[in-house]
Amino acid sequence: MKTEGQVRIPSGCAIAAVISREGRGMPGSLVSEAMRPMHERSNGLGGGFAGYGIYPELKEFYALHMFFDCRDTRKACEAFLKERFEIVRSELIPTRKIPSITGDPIIWRYFVTPLPSVLKSLQLDEKEFTARTVMQINAEMEGAFVFSSGKNMGAFKAVGYPEDVGEFYRLEEYSGYAWTAHGRYPTNTPGWWGGAHPFTLLDWSVVHNGEISSYDANRRYMEMFGYKCTLQTDTEVITYMMDYLLRVQGLTLEEAASVIAAPFWSTIDRKTDTADREKHIFLRRMFPSLLVTGPFSIVLGFTGGLMALNDRLKLRSMVVGEKGDRVFIASEEAAIRVMEPDAENIWAPAGGEPVVVRVKEGAY
Amino acid sequence: MDTINIEGLGYREINERLRGMSACKLTGCRGQRFIGAGMGPGELTIEGVPGNALGAYLNGGRITVLGNAQDAVGDTMNAGEITVHGSIGDAAGYAMRGGRIMVKGDAGYRAGIHMKAYEDKVPVMVIGGRAGSFLGEYQAGGLIIVLALTGGRPVGRFPCTGMHGGKMLIRGCCEDIILPDQVTAGPAGHGDLEAFSEHISAFCQAFGYDADEIMKGPFTIITPDSRNPYKQMYVMN
Repeated sequence: MKTEGQVRIPSGCAIAAVISREGRGMPGSLVSEAMRPMHERSNGLGGGFAGYGIYPELKEFYALHMFFDCRDTRKACEAFLKERFEIVRSELIPTRKIPSITGDPIIWRYFVTPLPSVLKSLQLDEKEFTARTVMQINAEMEGAFVFSSGKNMGAFKAVGYPEDVGEFYRLEEYSGYAWTAHGRYPTNTPGWWGGAHPFTLLDWSVVHNGEISSYDANRRYMEMFGYKCTLQTDTEVITYMMDYLLRVQGLTLEEAASVIAAPFWSTIDRKTDTADREKHIFLRRMFPSLLVTGPFSIVLGFTGGLMALNDRLKLRSMVVGEKGDRVFIASEEAAIRVMEPDAENIWAPAGGEPVVVRVKEGAY
Repeated sequence: MDTINIEGLGYREINERLRGMSACKLTGCRGQRFIGAGMGPGELTIEGVPGNALGAYLNGGRITVLGNAQDAVGDTMNAGEITVHGSIGDAAGYAMRGGRIMVKGDAGYRAGIHMKAYEDKVPVMVIGGRAGSFLGEYQAGGLIIVLALTGGRPVGRFPCTGMHGGKMLIRGCCEDIILPDQVTAGPAGHGDLEAFSEHISAFCQAFGYDADEIMKGPFTIITPDSRNPYKQMYVMN
């Protein structure tokens, strides 16, 4: 049987997310429970979460969440890390044994900071260095996989239904100002722990419902900049595209959304605001290979906020609601009602229309 | 009328319990799919948010939702009526071929996609608020009515893409709405409104609006142009 990364993975899926604009902590179980009414959107071959603000006492350090196939791999990887980072804490990620989640690898986390001497000799900033190291481990180190590498955030993912994955990782014990969740429905592969969503790089995380048809065009373009897609899943390449557009190119979230879910030329032609029209023409000309076609609804997580986005044809559903300082996003309204029965202002953003929600300054 | 609290129940169990009942109210609904699928004559009232494909293949039953509904309401329905007192998600009335869907609020993307008609089977959809993009995509028959009672643009982008049958009635002048070449749009006259007035009256009765006031219009009627048929699906053919 081919394993993940050797075969292509179309998927259905469910997503949900919540954020507190005041930066108030919420348990991960809140979003995990929201996945229950969307059970049929997944098939038990992948579930995962990303939590932001969950490691406040270690927020200066990159939290590397890792899967290892065996103890020897972990030892070898640890030796590799020690040459590049100072490791301030190293531990098993606490899990709960439950019958619905089996075949777990070694699940470990390291809190690290790059060695200044290494950064200096390579002339890299710490984000670029950390991103490159993650790429190197995932592409070259057999049996080791970094599935989360941001500061004060973390991804938690497994093969299973999302509500079970939430229980497995004891998400009720974490408190975060924002959470995203995913239930996966891969149809062509056995499904592997690393292939579950969210896909992350540094503090970016992406959960995705859909099946993009531009994967290869996007992947080839991203490889020119050193991004190695190791799993052949469309979501992985979206994550790297967001890192490239936002961190490397310095685009705003709205601009990045206009690149990947670019309006049709006919829509751009009809824009009456000249500056806006010129900007869209520029973005489409500058990054034609980063247009994402095919159905998607995604939630991008980042330090201090979330962005929800649908493909420009809106071939996947997505609903947004609010209550107090909280904003909820999900594939279905029912999921929002689980998180907040009295959610208000329920609306469905149009295709290609990004919804950006930020935590107020200083609260994260 | 019996009331069943369906909190925590799966769709199979719900539909099994509904079978053979002539009138029933469901409470505590939270995303269960396929409720009332294939249901024959009978009354069903739902409290909460029903899941996707509510009333799929509906075959004569009457379903009332007291709040919002999700995607694919009335997918391929054949007969009966679905009345939603809130808004609905995407692809409502997908390929429906009979019966009526009435929505007090807004509809998402692709409402009425591939609606069809056959002899006495004429499906009808009445949207009280606004409709999202791709309204009536590939419409092959039936009637779609958008009343835009809450104001704003009545429909999103790309309405009537691939429309080749049926009629669409939109309240308003629709000057800024861009339609594809293969449809004809114009102000609706008295004769045009005849086919629609019965459904607008039913809508007003269900949701407490004044039909006379709404019928004052103005309305725009859109029909496929038989002299300029739709030539391109994915390739020129």
